[in-house]
Amino acid sequence: MDNFEFHKPTSIDDAIKAVDGKDEPKFLAGGQSLIPVMKLDMAQPSDLVSLAGVATLKEIKEDGDTLVIGAMATHATVAESDAVTKAIPSIASMAGHIGDAQVRNRGTIGGSVAHADPAADYPAALVALNATVKTHKREIAAEDFFTELFETALEEGELITAIHFKKPKRSWYEKFQSPASKYAIAGVCVAEYDDGVRVAITGAGNKVFRHAGMEKALSGNFDPSALDGVDVDAGELRTDVEASAEYRAHLVKVMAKRAVKNAR
Amino acid sequence: MGKVIGERVLRKEDTRFLTGKGRYTDDLNRPNQAYAYVLRSPMAHAKIASIDTEDAKQADGVLAVLTGKDHADAGFGGLPCGWLIHNKDGSPMHEPPHPSLVADRVRHVGDNVAVVIAETKAQAKAAAQMIMVDYEELPVVPDITAAIADGAPKVWDDTPVGNRCYDWHIGEKDPTDAAFAKAKHVVSIDLVNQRLIPNAMEPRAAIGEYDPSTDDHTLWTTSQNPHLIRLLIGAFTMQIPEHKLRIIAPDVGGGFGSKIYHYAEEVLVLWASKVVGRPVKWTAERSESFITDAHGRDHISHAELAIDDKGKFLGLRVSTKANMGAYLSTFASAVPTYLYGTLLSGVYVIPAIYAEVEAVFTNTTAVDAYRGAGRPEATYLLERLVTKAARELGIDEVELRRRNVIQPDQFPYQTPVALEYDVGEFEKCLDVALEQVDYANFEKRREEAKSRGMLRGIGMSLYVEACGLAPSALAGAIGARAGLYESGTIRVNPTGNVTVFTGTHSHGQGHETTFAQLVADQLGIPVESVEVKHGDTSNTAFGMGSYGSRSLPVGGSALWKAGEKIIAKGRKIAAHILEASVDDVEFVDGEFRVKGTDKKMLFAEVAFSAYVPHNYPLEELEPGLEESAFYDPKNFTFPGGCHVVEVEIDPETGVTKVVDVAVADDVGKVINPMIVDGQIHGGLAQGIGQALLEHAKYDEQGQLLTGSYMTYTMPRAADFPFFKVGNHVTHCTHNPLGSKGCGEVGAIGVPPAVINAVINALEPEGVTDIEMPATPERVWRALNEAKKA
Amino acid sequence: MPTIKLTVNAKPVTMEVEARTLLVDLIREHLKLTGTHVGCDTSQCGACVVMVGGQSVKSCSMLAVEADGQDVTTIEGMAKNGELHPLQKAFHENHGLQCGFCTPGVVISASDLLKKNPSPDEGQIREWLEGNICRCTGYHNIVKAVQQCADEMKGGA
Repeated sequence: MDNFEFHKPTSIDDAIKAVDGKDEPKFLAGGQSLIPVMKLDMAQPSDLVSLAGVATLKEIKEDGDTLVIGAMATHATVAESDAVTKAIPSIASMAGHIGDAQVRNRGTIGGSVAHADPAADYPAALVALNATVKTHKREIAAEDFFTELFETALEEGELITAIHFKKPKRSWYEKFQSPASKYAIAGVCVAEYDDGVRVAITGAGNKVFRHAGMEKALSGNFDPSALDGVDVDAGELRTDVEASAEYRAHLVKVMAKRAVKNAR
Repeated sequence: MGKVIGERVLRKEDTRFLTGKGRYTDDLNRPNQAYAYVLRSPMAHAKIASIDTEDAKQADGVLAVLTGKDHADAGFGGLPCGWLIHNKDGSPMHEPPHPSLVADRVRHVGDNVAVVIAETKAQAKAAAQMIMVDYEELPVVPDITAAIADGAPKVWDDTPVGNRCYDWHIGEKDPTDAAFAKAKHVVSIDLVNQRLIPNAMEPRAAIGEYDPSTDDHTLWTTSQNPHLIRLLIGAFTMQIPEHKLRIIAPDVGGGFGSKIYHYAEEVLVLWASKVVGRPVKWTAERSESFITDAHGRDHISHAELAIDDKGKFLGLRVSTKANMGAYLSTFASAVPTYLYGTLLSGVYVIPAIYAEVEAVFTNTTAVDAYRGAGRPEATYLLERLVTKAARELGIDEVELRRRNVIQPDQFPYQTPVALEYDVGEFEKCLDVALEQVDYANFEKRREEAKSRGMLRGIGMSLYVEACGLAPSALAGAIGARAGLYESGTIRVNPTGNVTVFTGTHSHGQGHETTFAQLVADQLGIPVESVEVKHGDTSNTAFGMGSYGSRSLPVGGSALWKAGEKIIAKGRKIAAHILEASVDDVEFVDGEFRVKGTDKKMLFAEVAFSAYVPHNYPLEELEPGLEESAFYDPKNFTFPGGCHVVEVEIDPETGVTKVVDVAVADDVGKVINPMIVDGQIHGGLAQGIGQALLEHAKYDEQGQLLTGSYMTYTMPRAADFPFFKVGNHVTHCTHNPLGSKGCGEVGAIGVPPAVINAVINALEPEGVTDIEMPATPERVWRALNEAKKA
Repeated sequence: MPTIKLTVNAKPVTMEVEARTLLVDLIREHLKLTGTHVGCDTSQCGACVVMVGGQSVKSCSMLAVEADGQDVTTIEGMAKNGELHPLQKAFHENHGLQCGFCTPGVVISASDLLKKNPSPDEGQIREWLEGNICRCTGYHNIVKAVQQCADEMKGGA
């Protein structure tokens, strides 16, 4: 790992100033993705700006029909949060099953979302739960946020401050984990709203995506059986050492049905 | 005090490990130490057209850069193979050179190309990335199928036939063919025993230190057998005379076979320490371990079982292809031959057996012994075949096993594949295991699972293995290039406590406790009064180390013999002091007593007299009380038993969950049941890992696809239930302890039981076969194909 | 070079470190507390788990500078006044360790579990240990040790 300058601001403004004009700056949240990547020399920042000292980024609150989770809330905090469990229990459950206990103790929602791993769990929740990614200067709809494999709509020096989830009538997330890495091979988040159902899939493709066929079927009938006739096209999915596209397509459907069944 | 054999004595070694005071190789640092980083080949097969180290040599902190050419110029020998296998025609196997750094051609991803020595680990690694190697790609042989294909590219240009290392056989062909000719039924099976990566949690490490003022060389290394490493460095790779070479294997974090072998880095750090005049340390990163630690298994087999009209086995024919990798690791050649072919009779009476094994080279990491080594492969083949035979013949699989199992009155039992089993009651093990799992009520459990939408299955295996390696003369006759006895020394200190030195090595097995119990029991002293030393060639007599479940049956027997010498000498000392004849002095409960009198001496008193010999038979007896013994086993030991597994499969996802594991093992006389159970638990986890999770996969270019814990599935706590460990013990008849060994039984018996259970669960859906590992996707595919059919 | 101040096993530490220094390297190389181990390079094996600010973390995936101002406990700090921590005792009594290499991480991780959930059931213990790979024990006696410790701590409370 190459060396870098380390900064630890205590406010959002100072964090933004800290990256300004730097060669290759990076924000450091929980580091559970970034540090492993740096150890492999796949990221070589000139400056690392830790957000651990910015207290306002850790806030979790309900705001009308919105659940706000600060970017620096750890997975463990989200999993144990009464506010989250009350507002959108699927998010608490999902956060409680990310990685392992030690990853959950450090890893944050903002870090996970910014890293945009195609097999991470949060992207599915963001897209299904119609979330808005709030940055220090704008709001980005979750669907527009995840652009490519490990790519997001974030601009240079742009800081995620919070994620705003729209409370659904009910929702759930089910995943089939890689037995080795514990990342999702197929993770499906379903969310029912007054104006329809949203289904987002992670782990199976090169980035999180919605499934129109499932959404249509479930919007008419929010029941696992509604998915019986829906096809999941393996052609759009990934084949790798862990699973074939065909198997992933099958799992997406199984996980979707289970998510519908367990939704609350 | 005294009788502690068989007691659940808590481990003496635990405190240091539990408080962070263990001392593993990477925990050690020598004054003025430098660091090594090995540049590995990124290609599976390529010619090294050129190698430019100039930039690396100029880099910050770099002390030296050594290449294959330097290695050749230094006149070092290659890493040797310790077991010579002969082909069917009597000619020797093909033994390619195995230099610690290659000069002209790389043959697997991870092959050692150069080593950089620098002030820090980071500097060494950074400089290694500056070495410019011009590789000219060669066609790759990624697996067995590719290796034996017509016109396959050659891993070694001079192999006489294709990529063949050897073509070996055992048993008799004609009688076996005759048995098949008269058989009522012939059941056949094709199997893959997939490649595994041992993954001891401590990555390999080594520190070399050369002292020019004394010409002494010291190597700290993560080894299961420091004496063997000294022998191989002394006699083969570096020709450093043993009296100038000390090997220390301190606390070692697991081995499972992978730390038996002599590895290149051991040569490199010793060599480099001489070149740079400083101690040199190397520690593997896990990703290096994946591509450089010897792998395990990797067989493809076809087998046929001939059965008569009464369901009795008549004969077994086996043809196996075994992958050696690119080079022959230290014991690689013995694994698919004498540790495999000789076990093909299993626990059964099979009058005629013939097995052929072709070993081939491929552009992959070397394959060698991994927990069980050959015996899991034999057991998997036979027990899959027996269960398949039961299914095809419509006989209950328990009944078929009962009909063919060797009965207690048939021992000693000579198999058609060289071994003579001394003792065993395998059918009793079957009874115990079936009882523990409540076999009688399985169908009820299957029905209950079905009501939850789950497919439940039960599977079993009976196994026997050959441990306690090995009678030296026999081993020599079949190609071993070393003896396989063990040594032990008991040093009774003046006040009666004892220091024990063993040539075996403990890397998790708890020898410091088990051997202390053994010696304490024999000498009638408290366990606390015995300290066991191992792992340093400067303070233990020559010994062959720990593998093949040999430490207790061979190393323990050596200590027992040394203890007998101590007692014999003690009786002479006591006889002198107590003014009795030696014949009248007996040693009972830690006391030397004159028969028929109340005259006696405590063990400690005799010890004291030996060191303060004021009243002592100095003319006929030397002072001191220290004895050594070497023990060469008379036969292998034959642990055996029965493993039964229940699984539940989710047909929607294909996920198999192991819900019950009940075993009954016969490991011979047990010294510490807690430690034995722990060994069995660990073996079971590795065996279940093989059956369901683990698979070292290469792509067509010879790149390891499962080269980290992101892709190679290591078993986790949630993959297992609690194990029901039972036993039915018979005592080994030919060693003084009656112990057989317990380190490998779990890994040997359980894989076929798991797969038989998976097939049993899927059978109602029409599935009759599945390969290891039975991953969710494989199960899902098998169900789909059965549905189509 | 940044200067960091932290508490390690109840002792104050002030030290200059390179920003890129991993917490595990600070612990092993600088503080010579070699009970914390490195068993992989992909943040999965859990041999390096230590407590930071009362939470178990993988010290291979955290920078030393991130631990600035925090309380760090390694395996060497578990025993107090020569008395083993109840978990250490339970691991000893249940043969919850063999080669000992993964043990420090497992013990620290388990102590975090018992703090968060003093009465875990078998399944919760197994699931919690997701981040700790042990190759020796088959986890059987590790789970038993954690169960016993939980029972005893409850009894004592």
